[in-house]
Amino acid sequence: MQIPKSFLGFKRENGRAGTRNHVIILPVDDISNACAEAVANNIKGTIALPHSYGRLQFGADLELHFRTMIGTGRNPNVAAVIVIGIEPKWTKRIVDAIAKTGKPVEGFSIEGVGDIETIAKVSKKAQEFSMWASEKQREECPISDLWISVKCGESDTTSGLASNPTVGNLMDKLEPLGVHLCFGETSELTGAETVCAKRGKTKEAQDKFMKTWSSYNDFILKEATNDLSESQPTAGNIAGGLTTIEEKAFGNFQKIGSRKFIDVLEPAEEPTKGKGLYFMDTSSAAAECVTLQAAGGFNIHLFPTGQGNIIGNPIEPVIKLTANPLTAKTMSEHIDVDVSKILSREMNLDQAGDELIKSTIKVANGRLTCAEALGHKEFVMTKLYRSA
Amino acid sequence: MAKTDIIIHDKKDNVGVIVIEKVKKGQDCGCWIMEDDSSSKVKSEAEIPLGHKIALQDLKEGDTIIKYGHDIGKVIKSIKKGDHVHVHNVKTKKW
Repeated sequence: MQIPKSFLGFKRENGRAGTRNHVIILPVDDISNACAEAVANNIKGTIALPHSYGRLQFGADLELHFRTMIGTGRNPNVAAVIVIGIEPKWTKRIVDAIAKTGKPVEGFSIEGVGDIETIAKVSKKAQEFSMWASEKQREECPISDLWISVKCGESDTTSGLASNPTVGNLMDKLEPLGVHLCFGETSELTGAETVCAKRGKTKEAQDKFMKTWSSYNDFILKEATNDLSESQPTAGNIAGGLTTIEEKAFGNFQKIGSRKFIDVLEPAEEPTKGKGLYFMDTSSAAAECVTLQAAGGFNIHLFPTGQGNIIGNPIEPVIKLTANPLTAKTMSEHIDVDVSKILSREMNLDQAGDELIKSTIKVANGRLTCAEALGHKEFVMTKLYRSA
Repeated sequence: MAKTDIIIHDKKDNVGVIVIEKVKKGQDCGCWIMEDDSSSKVKSEAEIPLGHKIALQDLKEGDTIIKYGHDIGKVIKSIKKGDHVHVHNVKTKKW
């Protein structure tokens, strides 16, 4: 198949391109959710991103909170941003960092004013942003403007056999065209960690990966009451035939094809070493992982599933594929790409990879994903430890 | 091409994955080995559902399960060729 050289995206002020054109209302903290949701309810074409944290966090956990907030606002799928916090200081820090992209952004704080007056003020600004963004047109963008993140969920043995290798096939075909790629799921590489580390392009990347994995594993060993058998593999994984974390890890790892990663990113960190594959240190919980990858600037997501994970994200479209013929049948409204014919050998990996590329371009051009059509907007902050 | 009931990732693997809705006890199953596109056969000793694993050889307690050509856990209860391989007879070596 001739791979398309371009897609229709929204060109942003900083040179990036979006596959979506969202105007977001971003609460800095949990107590500003009500205000953000009221504004999004008032003004059509805007979306609120409520979440559970943002108060009394400190240290690395607070830095991650800021990185996730700022990265979400900076993502090229976002045309304009309104930030609402209880107080002005943290709000301003987020506004200033998003403003560096050149996109419209404005911050508001609630203290000393109250919800009702804030909602009125913010609604005026949100209306202006929404109408401004609605004028934006899709333009031809090079395929290298795609930043593709991947994560699998509710995996079973069909994931490792076919749907994850399909994503790997896409990576093998698209990486040479200059796209950015990202995989994560630190804990779910357990059992395959030394094999995965060898995929680092440089000694530095390999060492950084092992350091990241070891630190995660030490944490798990410290916090676990007995072992992780209750969580890894999950009940869904076990129902699908996956027996151990090692088996899950080798299946998981098929997603990167034969690619090598150039760097290891902190959670929600934007890559800076140019095109190619990155590993991001993330939780393996679907919504947390995709939220972090979206905050890292990735603008389209591929999500292979076995037993049928239904996750979506408010700003990054999530394309689901499955190789499990039962899931494709019983959960068809969640599945964008059905590659179950690989198992019956009616389709090979090369053909499946091409199908996935076609669907990825369609979604990049604006076709809704199943998760978008069904209203899935899971925005979940990763929390590293207890608040003060 | 022979009907494929089971897919095996690597020639070194001692388990395969059921890729039809289920295999019945005593069924003669056709296997496809992805690594070198070869075929083999195994007779099932149990009913095994889609996505679950079947033993390709006899395995005793303490043996290592190989899939993708790699170690994916240890046998905790002896397994006969053709048996269902899962959490009741295999456990992780981590944690």
